[in-house]
Amino acid sequence: MGQSNMKEIAIVAYQQSDCVSDAGAANEVELIIPVLGKVFEQVGITNAQDVDFVCSGSCDYLQGAAFAFVMGVDALGAVPPIKESHVEMDAAWALYESMLKIRMGHAESALIYGFGKSSPGELPNVLSQQLDPYYLAPLWVDTISLAAMQARLMLDQGLITERDMAEVVARSRRNAQGNPHAQLGGDVSAEDVLAQQTYVSPLRKADICPVSDGASAVVIATVEKAREWGVPYAVISGIDHCIETHNLGVRDLTDSISTRRAAANAGVGDGRVDVAELYAPFSHQEIILSRALELGEDTRVNPSGGVLAGNLMMASGLSRIGEVFNRIVAGEAQRGVAHATSGPCLQHNLVTVLEKGETA
Amino acid sequence: MSDENNVGEDNETVTGIEAPIYLKYNFTAGAAASRFLTRIKEGVLTGQRCPRCSQVYIPPRGSCAACGVPTEEEVELADKATVESFTIVSIPIPGNPIEPPFVVANLVPDGANISVIHLLSECDNAEVHIGQRVQAVWKPQEEWGYALDNIRYFKPLDEPDVPVERIGKLPVTGLEG
Amino acid sequence: MSTLAAVVGIGQTKYTTKREDVSIAGLVREAAARALQDADLGWDDIDAVIVGKAPDMFEGVVMPEIYLTDALGCNGKPMLRVHTAGSVGGSTALVAASHVQSGAFKRVLTVAFEKQSESNAMWALSNPQPFSTHLNAGAGGYFAPIIREYIRRSGAPYDTGIKVAVKDRLHGARNPLAHLQLPNINMQEVEESFMLWDPIRYLESCPSSDGACAMVIASEELADKAARPPAWIRGVAMRSEPTMYAGREEVNPQAGRDCAADVYKQAGITDPRKDLDVAEVYVPFSWYEPMWLENLGFAPEGEGWKLTMEGATSLIDGGDIPWNPSGGVLSSNPIGASGMIRFAEAARQVRGECGEHQVEGAKLALGHAYGGGAQFFAMWVVGAEKG
Ligand SMILES: [Zn+2]
Repeated sequence: MGQSNMKEIAIVAYQQSDCVSDAGAANEVELIIPVLGKVFEQVGITNAQDVDFVCSGSCDYLQGAAFAFVMGVDALGAVPPIKESHVEMDAAWALYESMLKIRMGHAESALIYGFGKSSPGELPNVLSQQLDPYYLAPLWVDTISLAAMQARLMLDQGLITERDMAEVVARSRRNAQGNPHAQLGGDVSAEDVLAQQTYVSPLRKADICPVSDGASAVVIATVEKAREWGVPYAVISGIDHCIETHNLGVRDLTDSISTRRAAANAGVGDGRVDVAELYAPFSHQEIILSRALELGEDTRVNPSGGVLAGNLMMASGLSRIGEVFNRIVAGEAQRGVAHATSGPCLQHNLVTVLEKGETA
Repeated sequence: MSDENNVGEDNETVTGIEAPIYLKYNFTAGAAASRFLTRIKEGVLTGQRCPRCSQVYIPPRGSCAACGVPTEEEVELADKATVESFTIVSIPIPGNPIEPPFVVANLVPDGANISVIHLLSECDNAEVHIGQRVQAVWKPQEEWGYALDNIRYFKPLDEPDVPVERIGKLPVTGLEG
Repeated sequence: MSTLAAVVGIGQTKYTTKREDVSIAGLVREAAARALQDADLGWDDIDAVIVGKAPDMFEGVVMPEIYLTDALGCNGKPMLRVHTAGSVGGSTALVAASHVQSGAFKRVLTVAFEKQSESNAMWALSNPQPFSTHLNAGAGGYFAPIIREYIRRSGAPYDTGIKVAVKDRLHGARNPLAHLQLPNINMQEVEESFMLWDPIRYLESCPSSDGACAMVIASEELADKAARPPAWIRGVAMRSEPTMYAGREEVNPQAGRDCAADVYKQAGITDPRKDLDVAEVYVPFSWYEPMWLENLGFAPEGEGWKLTMEGATSLIDGGDIPWNPSGGVLSSNPIGASGMIRFAEAARQVRGECGEHQVEGAKLALGHAYGGGAQFFAMWVVGAEKG
């Protein structure tokens, strides 16, 4: 959906926890509370009572307990009761739902948060149970193997080289050095990556995002409300999402047509893209996405390091939006694109365009 | 068409397949719950007090759900409690080690402001009532682990009932306090 | 402000213990196809699909909407998956409505389902967590003490719950889609049924069902041209509060009261018993009827049971405010869909299409769902008129 004839909605705050490989004893609520505290502070509000709507994203299977998200409500200060909802998806989609709420005039502001503690389980196996339960899930095809097949298609068709993939990793590691919340950062070269053994051929371990625990949160509001709060903001000029068939055999895995469609609807091509944060859990997927979004040489891709440097399941998509917001309010970019994904081999994609708001 | 490709009339319709799912998780209790479990291994019930509204939570979850703020202050509680409400469970559930009918009650330990769910025993099920005073019956110390079932169950105390409006508001010293 | 939207198509499966003849995809498609047929529309007429269900562990499929996109004709479109515990069917309808009410979409499909027979819901709900006492008490074990407290406070006669159990099953016997078909049920039979969680008897509890419910929601412009009478969405509200906090009112939760006040205000309702013609309310245990009668403002606090005992909520007794003419959750309970069924049945009433369980001349109806420890609430008011 575009912004035409509608209330302008802006991101006004973003916080993320450190991406850590194992958050230890901390449970989900304990992961969320510090992040919420910081995001409230950033806006100058006290708790969820000060926004009109709250929406979260999480997945029960990450921690292996039904109703995992219910505990999240304990972190909000929801007394008296609040308007609240939850998606069993990445919280980027919770942001989408929240925008609808604002558009329909039932809210002027919203808190969105996503959280995941993936370390307790074996994530690639857990996610294999996203597949068709009758044909695919019983085969336990894990997410890494599926992505490896996708990369193989790309390589064999000459659409990418292993060096291209290694360069994505190297740039991610270097950029992550400037991101205090990243899990994997370092002065790594493409040669260093190529020197690694393959893990699930043709993927090397470095081509695969790490498993991370943590949470992130965003506050959005109408531009009027953002001005009232007196905080810097970035306007959401477009947002759209689109899902493709689940049948991997039918899809062209070397492209992302759902990303292309969402990008067109969100108006990505209507202006220069200074920065893009792409939810690419595997190095070759960043290339697929950059091409689908038709990003040029002048776009900085994943200045945060992206999810190859730390992947908070159910929060990383929201974090991508937050990272673009950070670049814009820091004055490093005028306009940026954030992408979120869900499902095997980039099945479902959400594209958000953010722009610098007029200075108040 | 070869025989193998031909679904014969004698083939039964498939209405389901068995696809067992085994997933292993290293469950973590949470920092606040870990402290609680460490203390219960020592035979002590503890709660946490909210810095904002002063209410005491058991088991502590690291936050006051009403205020949405972290809770840090640990408070020792009595193992005496008051029945806030209860049910008599008669449903046989496969694998249930407890013989029905048994009483499951919401119990507020003295010093806490919220109830925990636990078993009530050594009582006539028909006599159990709201406001009744009860006390923990602990397992032998050598069986204590990091679990609330170090308390085998609660049993009735010979104390006067707590008026409904005072349930959940008793100090750690109980009715006398 | 919000754009007017309406339900223009409704489809449900026949609720039953075990649908062995269809896969999960087949189940949701059946409901969705019926909703489209009712709306006289095709898959291409839909702009987005909003899916809801209770925990993924009920079927053992992680985020099943990812696999269901093909069955729901969603490829190339936005798909959203809602999960708000037991209230999810209602919340999903509200999220679907918001797609249209925001002006962003013209026509969306929403589906909620549960195919509990594919897994073991009892296992999913009592999956033991290490470190916590495992009492194997299930959902009834959680709600029974709250019901007991209600009885203590209100002084309601012991057979109030029994009366509700009979009434909803007699309603259900008039609804061919209802799971339980018990046209000859009586008070004695309910009273003599096994006491599961005192005071909840077996026949005072909901069954476990397979099933799906779907709706097509359209903008005012398209609804004006709809094939069948639209059900206009006159108010939408949701509220949440934490499961446990010191001093929480569990019998009459504030989240429910606030949610009702919000939705009534939008729909211009000042006296729900008088202004509404019918209500489809989430009553999984019989005693929740009198409790919610009070929570939703149909009766003063402590007097909800009087409406039940007078027959005010019975369609068959000619009550002035029938509750759950479809048979309610007590007659059919595919958990993830149960909330949406309430919303859809409210819409069917104002469309006048309920046949044997139609409340004569119903113009304004409430759809209600709740979940978690009675802490998540979703409601809508639908009307035969735009308002
Ligand atoms: Zn507090």
